[in-house]
Amino acid sequence: MSLTQPIASDHQLARLLQIGIVLEEVVEARAGKHAAETDDTADADLARLLEDASAESAQHRRQLEELLAALEADTVPFEEIQTLVEAQYEADEDFDGVLYDQLCNEETAYKFYDDLIESIEASETSFSVDRTRLLETLRLIREEEAEGVEDVTELMEARL
Amino acid sequence: MNTQAQYLKAIYLTQQQADGPASTGNVADLLDVSPASANEMIGKLEDRGLLDHEKYKGVDLTDEGIQQARDALQNYCIIERFLIEVLEVEDFRTEAKTLEGVIDETVAERLDTIIDREPQCPDCFNAEDDVCGLIDVEAEVSSD
Repeated sequence: MSLTQPIASDHQLARLLQIGIVLEEVVEARAGKHAAETDDTADADLARLLEDASAESAQHRRQLEELLAALEADTVPFEEIQTLVEAQYEADEDFDGVLYDQLCNEETAYKFYDDLIESIEASETSFSVDRTRLLETLRLIREEEAEGVEDVTELMEARL
Repeated sequence: MNTQAQYLKAIYLTQQQADGPASTGNVADLLDVSPASANEMIGKLEDRGLLDHEKYKGVDLTDEGIQQARDALQNYCIIERFLIEVLEVEDFRTEAKTLEGVIDETVAERLDTIIDREPQCPDCFNAEDDVCGLIDVEAEVSSD
């Protein structure tokens, strides 16, 4: 199901950016936790992928926070999300489980940005944040999420 | 504008309240749209095999329609809980309605990994108040 509703207000855009920030924080926390539990001498490729994913999500979070600041809305503190992720954490710790979790994270983020961009493009609302900057940032993040999906898929295939 | 998921959810809840077929008028009331708009969308949903519509009797969801309505209801509950538990939004009902049409089910599933949701969801939904029946609003708001 894709988005069919254009974004109607600054408030709704801000709320969706907050949700994007939380999604990035979930990826950052989960990839960071997996990376900390992975032996980087025994499995250097997996450890590098998880560390890169965690760092990239932190970067995406900061980019979204800059957009959110232009809308004068609050961000969601990473520590709060980290605590929630820890509380609900039930991921498999074998390689397939870790990679599958990472793949779901990247695919979900990609889908979210794809829908968000479509919904902004369909909107005639004049937002407080510059529309060109908004769309350029989101398209860049979407592209990086797509590359993340490819990276995880390649590593999964290499292990078959 | 209401999405297919919002219509299915409204029809499902109206059927539950009526304990039988849902009248198009009640569905239109729940979604705050005109009966003509409701009729148009109900026709499309019938073409897609999601419901059966009989004049003067009302609409009945098919098995596929019921499944999609329950998925939509669960997504809505996830959004409500996410708004109140994570973003601490007091007016979470109103905002959940504006966001349910723009939050995909894959995104809702990921948000679901950081919230507390009861296993009986979505059967615990309170159709009368149009809200998850297990969210203790006063307790949640006072904990802010």
